[in-house]
Amino acid sequence: MSVFTTPAGIATNAADALRRRPGADVAGATFKWLLIGATVFATGFLAVLLAVMVIDGWDVLSDNLGYFLTHGFSQRSAGEAGVWQGIIGSLQVALVTALFAVPIGVATAIYLVEYAQGNRFARIVELNIRNLAGVPSIVYGLLGLAVFVQTIHGFTNGKTVIAGGMTLAALVLPIVVITSVEALKAVPDSLREAAYGVGATKWEVLSRQVLPAAMSTILTGTVLALARALGEAAPLILVGAATGFMTFGDANLAETFTGPYTALPVLIFSFARQPGADWGANAAAASVVILVLVLAVNGLAIYLRNRFEKQW
Amino acid sequence: MSLTPDNPQLSVADLRTSRMRRVRSGTVRWLFMSAAAVTVLVSALIIWTVASEAWTFISQVVWDSLTDIGWFPRRGLFDLSTLLVNSIQISVIAMAVALPSGFGAAIYLSEYAHPRVRRVMKPTLELLASVPSVVLGVFAISFITPSILTNFFSEINFFNKLAAGIAVGLLVIPLIASISEDALRAVPVALREASAGLGARRVSTSIRVVLPAAMSGLMAAAIVGFSRAIGETMVVTIASGGGDTSLFNLALTESGGTFTSAMAALGLGTDQVAGNDLAFQSLYFLGALLFAITLVLNMAGDLIVRRLQNKY
Repeated sequence: MSVFTTPAGIATNAADALRRRPGADVAGATFKWLLIGATVFATGFLAVLLAVMVIDGWDVLSDNLGYFLTHGFSQRSAGEAGVWQGIIGSLQVALVTALFAVPIGVATAIYLVEYAQGNRFARIVELNIRNLAGVPSIVYGLLGLAVFVQTIHGFTNGKTVIAGGMTLAALVLPIVVITSVEALKAVPDSLREAAYGVGATKWEVLSRQVLPAAMSTILTGTVLALARALGEAAPLILVGAATGFMTFGDANLAETFTGPYTALPVLIFSFARQPGADWGANAAAASVVILVLVLAVNGLAIYLRNRFEKQW
Repeated sequence: MSLTPDNPQLSVADLRTSRMRRVRSGTVRWLFMSAAAVTVLVSALIIWTVASEAWTFISQVVWDSLTDIGWFPRRGLFDLSTLLVNSIQISVIAMAVALPSGFGAAIYLSEYAHPRVRRVMKPTLELLASVPSVVLGVFAISFITPSILTNFFSEINFFNKLAAGIAVGLLVIPLIASISEDALRAVPVALREASAGLGARRVSTSIRVVLPAAMSGLMAAAIVGFSRAIGETMVVTIASGGGDTSLFNLALTESGGTFTSAMAALGLGTDQVAGNDLAFQSLYFLGALLFAITLVLNMAGDLIVRRLQNKY
């Protein structure tokens, strides 16, 4: 009775009515736990994936790792096959990819951010980059097969590391451009204006102020793009990375750039195609190797980003 | 003219810098612009090579062979519905796996998670996006089919579309979660505050206010994810089989080739394309179809995302 008559009583009553009893919000709690479940599923399968690969590949990883890492593919038996040629090939392909994709990608980004100011050509380039980013990787393989392997055979010598690297360079070019554009846009205009103010030419502003300031972010983007290239198999299969036994012959390292080659993800595909548990163990062990490589490269990129990140 | 005590007048020529600096600054502009032109050239070359070889196929193929019992390119049977149905089935399964998990993770990270959790989870999602697709293919045949699906289906093929679809779904979760999270965070905080001010619980705010406001962005995420699933090659080639030859069937527990796996299978045989002369050109024909489908999907997704950016 009295709670409704005094002002303090009314206030207390109202506050009680508004306060939610703990545990009463069943719908809210259910929703939250569903969301947590979805998040755990989305991120947790990496752990399951790693565990399954380590267990399946354990025979190879525990007894035979040294041999596995230092020997080439063999058709004869799973126990004789290794991933050495794949690791070398992947590193060579990544090198060629970087040589083509980084200069062209960064230069395109510089043009878009620093020079073009949204003119018609720049709008075409931007639209084109966005569309290229969504083209399925295997379609780049068609480009590589027709242009890099066949049309400019004289330069690439056909199905070689150079043709493979150029194909993947086209594939990661949009990623390099997009991350470099973000990096350049993040450099504040005051830096450019200060440099112009003391009489620098456009090129001097770029080369001595803007690029050094944006370099760490550009580097991170490049490393992430190369990590993507490292995992690609489909385009390399089309441009002729070897999926079976291959030999370098007595070629030296320089000559291997213009001869037959394979890559780590292509080797995993080759292992996975062979029937039998032995080959399955090889595929799993090679998957562990590539996961470690890719995660390490990504970790490097994240480290670079945190180490050199600038706050403007 | 130069500035001396006898001649205190400052002329325009004095303010112009040395010819060398001006020329250098002008030259690099052209270098950057030609790099941007190269990115357009990449698109032009993709379209030109794919379209011209595809045209050879279209102009020479016997039209009845496009609707036959299945996909047997070496025997001259190019039934497109076989590949189309398999591609769509696998992509729909992938979406059924990826959308609930990707959306759920996005809502959790944007609406519920502590900032510290977010800071850890966002890079984890990026890391997941870099898992090579061959590894997920191996995961499908070494874990998803034998350890999970055999418990539910007594007669399941070792290579089957269901496992391929699930693995492709796992692959596109990070992409969908990332785009969706961006869309949700683009919804202004004021909307959430207004909703909370009216006494809505967090679950009501999330479902009735934030989700409708971000709906177009979530749709874009789904479209881009679907496009990625259609274009995914290695998972399907390893886990679903049937890329080289494939009889029309609707059963998810059977193997079946898709646009992409048929292309990979043709690419593997480019050295020894025997049998039908058009088998090689059919590779480019499929590439043209895939390119067109993904381009339309990506442009639709891109359009929606850009409209969303201008909304608030």
